[in-house]
Amino acid sequence: MNLLNFFRRSGSAPVARERLQILLAHERTTAGHSDLVDILREEILAVICQRLSVEPDLVQVSMQSEDAISTLTVDIEIPARAEMLMAANG
Amino acid sequence: MAKVLVVTSGKGGVGKTTTTAALGAALALSGQAVCVVDFDVGLRNLDLIMGAERRVVYDFINVIQGNAKLQQALIKDKRLSSLSLLAASQTRDKDALTEKGVARVMDQLREKFDWVICDSPAGIERGAILAMRHADIAVIATNPEISSVRDSDRIIGLLDSKTVKAERDETIEKHVLLTRYDAARAQRNEMLSIDDVLEILSLPLLGVVPESRDVLNASNIGSPVTLSNPSCAPARAYQDAARRLDGETVTMDIPVVKRTLFGTLFGRAA
Repeated sequence: MNLLNFFRRSGSAPVARERLQILLAHERTTAGHSDLVDILREEILAVICQRLSVEPDLVQVSMQSEDAISTLTVDIEIPARAEMLMAANG
Repeated sequence: MAKVLVVTSGKGGVGKTTTTAALGAALALSGQAVCVVDFDVGLRNLDLIMGAERRVVYDFINVIQGNAKLQQALIKDKRLSSLSLLAASQTRDKDALTEKGVARVMDQLREKFDWVICDSPAGIERGAILAMRHADIAVIATNPEISSVRDSDRIIGLLDSKTVKAERDETIEKHVLLTRYDAARAQRNEMLSIDDVLEILSLPLLGVVPESRDVLNASNIGSPVTLSNPSCAPARAYQDAARRLDGETVTMDIPVVKRTLFGTLFGRAA
């Protein structure tokens, strides 16, 4: 704390208010999304399992929100053998 | 037909149980029949704050499971005949609170009383959701402090989605009750101001309860603060809040700093 701050006695409440406003603006927009990602993950997995035998743990679904757009990332690791199976069935 | 009110907060230690007891007693003092209900299964405390801990024979879970009739489980306050308590179970698992069971008991309580005040457990688990489930009015106890305000915001979201009223597309009436407010610290800008909290939560203010030793004294002797010391500052704040819930217009009394001689000399609030 510098001398100027000491004499001004500014207090920490304005900082608290600003942090809170930013945090809540974020939390309010993403509140429903946590469920959404889980649901998407289940449904994507169900569709993939119709064609491929993949380990549920190897399917990762995540969502990232930025100011204007949200990005949904689906990362599926397919074992080489499963790929062959698909080719044979296809 | 009763109005069902939930006292909730998300965060623990902000004053839900104190508020439930104080508002319950204040409303009962006006002659209305009031029942305060503890939803904190496994960690009940409302009985202690009400001074009825040695009179609990049957509890909420007993009524839900059919081991006791509601009438047997209701504990009449010794000081105020219009005030009753339904205690939570201290020994059962919290899963014993079933959605159907709670709905049935709440229907019965609505018929018997003018006010049913549900004391929510902290958190956003089953007990907290069931406590708010049947409410017509919510009182969100909030401390002027960031973690409490954040949790209140979360609870407001749940009130708007998980209650019976919300599911019927009706709006649940919501109020902020600012508790443990320290006027001196607020004046020094060390605490979120009342305006800050109301602006962030965008809800009307039901009252401002100052941080006070009277609240601790009341819990020590097992009495709602509105009964043990009706003239103290927190009790008056609760009385006014109860009158507002009852539809009266009461001017808002904001706690102010009392200056001592020492404080005046040294420019510091007491």
